[in-house]
Amino acid sequence: MELKTVRTHHTPVRYLEAGSGPALVFLHGAGGVTSEDPFLNALAEKYHVYAPLIPGYGDSEECHEIRDMLDFTLHSWDVVNALGLKDPILVGHSMGGMIAAEMAAICPNDVSRLGLICPVGLWLEDHPIVDIFTVLPYEMPALLYHDAEAGKARMTAGLALDDPKFLQSFLVTNARQLGMAGRLLFPVPERGLSQRLYRVTAKTILVWGDSDKLISPVYAHEFKRMIKGAQLVSIPEASHMVAHEKTRETVAAIQRLG
Amino acid sequence: MKFTWFNLMPWPYLPDDFREKNRSVWVDIDQALFDPEKSHEVYNTYMDLLEYAGTVGFDGIGVNEHHQNGYGIMPSPNIIAAGLARRTKDVALVVLGNSIALYNPPVRVAEEFAMLDCISGGRLVAGFPVGTSMDTNFCYGQIPSLTREKYQEAHDLIIKAWTERKPFAFNGRYNKLRHVNIWPRPIQQPHPPVHIPGGGSVETYDFCIDNTYSYSYLSFSGYIRAQALMKGYWDRVAARNTSDTSPYRAGFAQTVCVAETDEEAERLYSEHVNYFYNRCLHVYAGFADAPGYRTIKTIQTGALSQYAPPRAGYAKLTWKDLTEGGHVIAGSPETVRQKMEELIKSLHVGNIFVLMHVGNMPKEKCMYSTKLFAEKVLPKLRNMFPDYADDNRFWCKPIAKQLSAGRLPSDREAAEAVARVVV
Repeated sequence: MELKTVRTHHTPVRYLEAGSGPALVFLHGAGGVTSEDPFLNALAEKYHVYAPLIPGYGDSEECHEIRDMLDFTLHSWDVVNALGLKDPILVGHSMGGMIAAEMAAICPNDVSRLGLICPVGLWLEDHPIVDIFTVLPYEMPALLYHDAEAGKARMTAGLALDDPKFLQSFLVTNARQLGMAGRLLFPVPERGLSQRLYRVTAKTILVWGDSDKLISPVYAHEFKRMIKGAQLVSIPEASHMVAHEKTRETVAAIQRLG
Repeated sequence: MKFTWFNLMPWPYLPDDFREKNRSVWVDIDQALFDPEKSHEVYNTYMDLLEYAGTVGFDGIGVNEHHQNGYGIMPSPNIIAAGLARRTKDVALVVLGNSIALYNPPVRVAEEFAMLDCISGGRLVAGFPVGTSMDTNFCYGQIPSLTREKYQEAHDLIIKAWTERKPFAFNGRYNKLRHVNIWPRPIQQPHPPVHIPGGGSVETYDFCIDNTYSYSYLSFSGYIRAQALMKGYWDRVAARNTSDTSPYRAGFAQTVCVAETDEEAERLYSEHVNYFYNRCLHVYAGFADAPGYRTIKTIQTGALSQYAPPRAGYAKLTWKDLTEGGHVIAGSPETVRQKMEELIKSLHVGNIFVLMHVGNMPKEKCMYSTKLFAEKVLPKLRNMFPDYADDNRFWCKPIAKQLSAGRLPSDREAAEAVARVVV
């Protein structure tokens, strides 16, 4: 995948690009996305994939002007426009799913195909979503992966965890990335999406890992109930990082969008 | 020198196995550990001690704000300060302070501080902390990476509300107000002195320097470990060509215990120091620093939360560790004097917040230690900075004629006065 830059009104945006076929925009979750991402690479075999990084992610600077849900939503539309895309397939994971759903609710005439992979954005009192801002790094793999050991290996591969220099830069990156994510997710990851989901007219596929421990699959049914005609693809033996754990199945689900 | 007697108001009944059985003293501390009926005595004793300190020679008595915290049961320092304002005279009321980003609208702080200043006759020293991440983000739900912007706006609004003499409209990002017109306004002009508690943010250094506010480092780890941070502040003061290097531009909090001898200090106070340092400061690592709360610039300078667990993990700190490491200055009046002098000189600080109630210390010991400090230590440290003796920019300016509580006439006198009116 190639890492490129596109200018938008507020800030230059870094994005990953690869593949050919129908245009597909992928919006990443709070953990970010890299060019090695197995799901993006698999998508790129079928689609022309664009994966913009939220300002503050990767090597980009955080953007002061993007503060709330509307800012994030309109900024993401700015990115789609700056890339010169019309009605791309819109796919988002977790926080990216929340943004994608907002984009489809705000501009229903500009999105005809929407893929939401365990999106955040709703809140059910009986099923509180884990507070990722208080989770310690070593607790993450068990929340994100069905197979925690494999997840841990995936998350720590190539990281020099004993090197103080690495740790300092890790803290900076973490503060920058989750600092921006916090504007949508802290302290409760709900910004009124439930009031707007009725506006979504896109053909919608929901993908959820059956053993998602971060956002209970109960939410899949809530999204399905609120988005007219949405189809749910439940994937066994997968948690929140379903697209990493069951890449082939997740791509197949997205392909249902046509 | 200005010495403020400070009480964090710790809950004194945390069980011995608190650290083993609980993940945090703060944010999600077990409700079952708080006993409202016992708190009646705890609060009143703590307020009595603050009032006592106000009579023995301290310049100020100090309170602060914490939420959902087992070592600071003072979510509203203004309530405590209001009580103190009525029952004390002359001594400064140091409220260090109100986390101004948490008040909606922050005009509330301008009003309550004005009330405190009026009731006390101009004795308020006003603190504006950003607030810890535990308080501000995890307990009060502020978005970490927007907290500082909101804080800044709250500050600008409060200062304007204090100083503007006509109603004004305020169109902020977080506060939209059509008619700001606080009534009452503070006695002290143009406004009460402002102290800003900070933990090493470069932005906070500059904010204090630019506004002539005192920078307060409220650490529990003592003066020896504070050298680097305070040097950072003074370097910044120099780098920005500040007009002077008055020691009153800075303040420092230090735990202090005084007895007749060093041995007596250990015998009397070690259990309470142990309670505070080994039990009260047990904060879950996940609450130490919400991502985005500290600015990138600050993290790059290596300033991390004092609540972040040490790399090597926690070890139980002994009396020896704590006194030799400078967390606690304890001993005979002469030992304490020497170390305080070292603290004051090495950090170049004119405002000292003396933490004299420690952990689960009973009132008798606290009074004993307080009295010894006031009589045998404080007078010898009083004139450490003769060149700056006239610098009153960072301290309150009480009015000459102060009133105290209980000035009503007797019922009979009142009746007689009324009768005279009727006739």
